[in-house]
Amino acid sequence: MDFDLMITSLPKLLGATVITLKLLSASLFFGLFLGLFFAILRLNKNIFINKFAYAYSYIFRGTPLLVQIFIIYFGLGQIEYLRTTVLWTILKEPYWCAIIAFTLNTGAYTSEILRSAFQTIKPGIIEAGKSLGISNKIIFYKIQIPIAIRQSLPAYGNEIILMMKGTSLASTVTLMDLTGVAKYIISTTFKPIEVFIVAGGIYLFMTFIIHNIIKYLEKKYSFQQ
Amino acid sequence: MELLAFGKTGWGDELLYATLMTVAVSITAMFVGFFFALIFTPLKLSKYKSLNLVGNFYTTVIRGVPELLVIYLFFFGGSGAIMYVASIFGYYEYIEINAFITGSMAIGIISGAYSTEVFRGAIQSIDKGQFEAAKVLGINKFGQFYKIILPQMLRLAIPNLSNVWQITLKDTSLISVTGLVEIMRQSYIAAGSTRDPLFFYSFAAVLYLLLTYLSMKLINKLEIRYSRGY
Repeated sequence: MDFDLMITSLPKLLGATVITLKLLSASLFFGLFLGLFFAILRLNKNIFINKFAYAYSYIFRGTPLLVQIFIIYFGLGQIEYLRTTVLWTILKEPYWCAIIAFTLNTGAYTSEILRSAFQTIKPGIIEAGKSLGISNKIIFYKIQIPIAIRQSLPAYGNEIILMMKGTSLASTVTLMDLTGVAKYIISTTFKPIEVFIVAGGIYLFMTFIIHNIIKYLEKKYSFQQ
Repeated sequence: MELLAFGKTGWGDELLYATLMTVAVSITAMFVGFFFALIFTPLKLSKYKSLNLVGNFYTTVIRGVPELLVIYLFFFGGSGAIMYVASIFGYYEYIEINAFITGSMAIGIISGAYSTEVFRGAIQSIDKGQFEAAKVLGINKFGQFYKIILPQMLRLAIPNLSNVWQITLKDTSLISVTGLVEIMRQSYIAAGSTRDPLFFYSFAAVLYLLLTYLSMKLINKLEIRYSRGY
């Protein structure tokens, strides 16, 4: 065991954790809206809209995240037309490509989580709202969405942790996130176990924090039985 | 389309082999995972706190750390660890482990953590009366597990194991970083030499979708088979 290396690599790895957290929070933020949007489309009665939303979630959940990042980072740059548009200023940055890929990926999983949450809301609750003369729009925003969010908290907590692990793939498109820096230190010092313990410890610590936040929220918003 | 031709002009046969390699690694990893689950599930269900701790340590660490980091640990540390063990037995030559073994071990350990959780959940949701009835009937421990618990457990475990299979299948794309020529690595090579990454990575996505679709069909059949009588 090389304890000196563990101590000297800790600040470098903690610095890289900032990038990991930035990637995570940005993709979760955009992904939540995307997921909500597609969950609503899934509940639409129009079969084409419905099928479109289903295809989105099926494709992004059925392929590895690595393929999605590579298509966006390496693939899209190949389209000549894209290079002339404003979009190119975003797509040429690996940082934004990673965020786009993560957002699309987590959006697909989130849409599934929210859809099943919407579907488990008892019809009686919506009917009660209707009989009180509340408009459909307000029923949706004030009754369905809060219940669905509470319902989906445990599953969404898992998704946050999965996404945190997913951000490690940013290192494959030259970003120096926690895994990227860990790999760099491993390949220069050739001490994989020491670096794994430190980097893995940081990831585990983040998992622990996320887990506890979700647990706290679950308790706070639990239904009165 | 000529990019996908078989033979020397296209990448069709290479991609076909790469797909078979992905399937082979996934299946091997799944079985390595079952092996780990076989060790750690009893630990997690044990009466002894210290054994529980060992089981929980395994599943928590592996499920809380990115797959890629575990793969790097195996890729950079694998041959070192083997050589260290060999040196105890007095063998000091350089040992190189092949990428297939490293990859399926790394993915297997990850998939094992998920399988352990699935088996634990399945065993815990079997009615206590089943264990007691088996004991009362005087069936030996081996028979209790293989004839009474296992068949019921499999029925409960298969839907969740199919999720583990999907995760494992997708995780194999990550071992492309170690140089094993599976779908992702082959697409990377093809994209590099033809300068057509969009086509090849999209094709890789289609291959993965095809694999997940076909395996779901197969698993559904298994599910029906094991739910006979319910």
